[in-house]
Amino acid sequence: MRRTTVVIGAGQAGLAMSWWLAKHSIDHVVLERGEIANSWRAERWDSLRLLTPNWQSRLPGYGYRGEAPDGFRTMPETIEFIERYARSMTAPVRTHTKVTSVRRNNDGYEVVTDQGTWHAETVVLATGSCNVPQVPAVAKVVPPTITTLTSMQYRNPDQIEDGGVLVVGASASGTQIGDEIRRSGRPVTLAVGEHVRVPRTYRGRDIQWWMDAAGVLDERYDAVDDIVRARNVASLQLAGYPDRRTIDLNSLTGIGVKLVGRLAGISDGKAQFSGSLRNVCALADLKMNRLLDAIDAWASDAGLDSGVDAPHRSAPTEIEAAPPLLLDLSRGAIRTIIWATGFRPDYSWLEVPVVDAKGQIHHDGGVVVESPGLYLLGAPFLRRRKSTLIDGVGDDARELSAHLVAYLGAGTPATRPAMQALVE
Amino acid sequence: MTTTTTEKPVDNGVNTDALLGAREALTKAPEAAQFKWRASVKWVDGTFSRSTVEGFYGLGAEQKHKTPFTFEADHPEVFASEDRGATPVELVLAGLASCLTAGVAAVAQVRGIQLRSVSATLEAGMDIRGILGADTDVRNGFDGVKVTYKIDADASPDDIKALVAQSQKRSAVYDILTNPTNVTVEVQ
Repeated sequence: MRRTTVVIGAGQAGLAMSWWLAKHSIDHVVLERGEIANSWRAERWDSLRLLTPNWQSRLPGYGYRGEAPDGFRTMPETIEFIERYARSMTAPVRTHTKVTSVRRNNDGYEVVTDQGTWHAETVVLATGSCNVPQVPAVAKVVPPTITTLTSMQYRNPDQIEDGGVLVVGASASGTQIGDEIRRSGRPVTLAVGEHVRVPRTYRGRDIQWWMDAAGVLDERYDAVDDIVRARNVASLQLAGYPDRRTIDLNSLTGIGVKLVGRLAGISDGKAQFSGSLRNVCALADLKMNRLLDAIDAWASDAGLDSGVDAPHRSAPTEIEAAPPLLLDLSRGAIRTIIWATGFRPDYSWLEVPVVDAKGQIHHDGGVVVESPGLYLLGAPFLRRRKSTLIDGVGDDARELSAHLVAYLGAGTPATRPAMQALVE
Repeated sequence: MTTTTTEKPVDNGVNTDALLGAREALTKAPEAAQFKWRASVKWVDGTFSRSTVEGFYGLGAEQKHKTPFTFEADHPEVFASEDRGATPVELVLAGLASCLTAGVAAVAQVRGIQLRSVSATLEAGMDIRGILGADTDVRNGFDGVKVTYKIDADASPDDIKALVAQSQKRSAVYDILTNPTNVTVEVQ
């Protein structure tokens, strides 16, 4: 089977690319290991809602048209939204087609699946960056009496036994899971490393509205000081609760969650926590206030001050005088550990040597320069701060599809010039 | 978001080009980033000992300080010692103080903040029933460390706080004190 372009993955990224490829009249196929929006179906907990408001899901040729633009989609609603997008453009998706290898050959690429082999001049990797939970090495020495789950395996509090829970990680997943489990009545200890604190609403508007309007989300990958650091920043401490309440370490302390430092080790059955809790919270508070300062400055410049609430600052994160450094895991106080420590992509099937020692694809704004004709989409800060948002992948897909068209127009695979010249 | 305008270029005596260049070079050559720090010690008498640092390993080769440095350590008279040098735990505080302060200068340079003065006081609590073996529930080491900086610089109070926070984030001694480290002590 042959197409000019094979897109791997039928989530928002693969579908946005499909829309642009159709616009450019590029024949293509979108290969999907499961169903459309597969990760949203299989790899999220029950109560999760999107962290971005409904209006903020502008995809190429598609968007939200319902009655609740400021609401937050549940997972079934998110799946339906993406499925409808695929139907609206009659995207050429092959579901239940698992890619087992991608290799480079003289004509471009050979994409082997469990449903046959495809040949294509260009391949777009849109399989997402959250394929495999990134569990710290210390997980290996957790006492066997304790049940461990990743945030990908966690569904709801009924799934875990009674008794104390240690949630490791305080970004979007860890804080929400900790909140939900604490509200189920179980004692919760939250191990907190570096995190990004933001209020859900600010001056009467959603924080995402501000970041969108002020251009923070449009910041480009080639305009930031340190793109490696920017690509590794943890997810915002946000939740899409229907009542729009803010989740942060203070709100968690308020319902009885115990805060400890980053999980630094497990020795003799005791969890050891870093003594850096105060500083990681200071870093997060200062960073949040810098963002709010920038928003205030933008609001004044834009003449918005009279139309929105007055500036305000959240209380600094409160830390007890001497947070515990040790927690005995062998005495039954902790029955479950949940790893909310992030994810990494899985490129084990990619037989093109463009993956670095940390398992990330080496690319320039999604153009895999070392392997012409190969593209990456939907990765953190790929081309903009918003690259991993449903709302952000469309702009990246537009630019990368234009690059792909230019590449195809530049001659046969054998005669094409070095791709560096085409990199914007 | 952080903008500082100064007439003359910021100079805190830190060569940031070299530091940033080293970061880029060592990202590509992680083996050269492997360092070994060394110290040697000789007992003199009582609780008095003299430690020396001179050689270390890094950038793929043996390295040497310009001159050996020595540190004399003893215990104070209230411990029935002769107080001929700093208490070892005070050397730990001095190490933390110097590490954080070097970090403040480097971060300020990178962020374009001119420092005029930087000073800090450090205090660590300790229940000495631990080291005396008087109560096995009391740990030997510090029960906490408090560092208080006073910084005069061309920057807002929050930007100065951010300097100190970033310095902790990148400090080796802060990491050594806040996180567990495997220590192996052998006898030849």
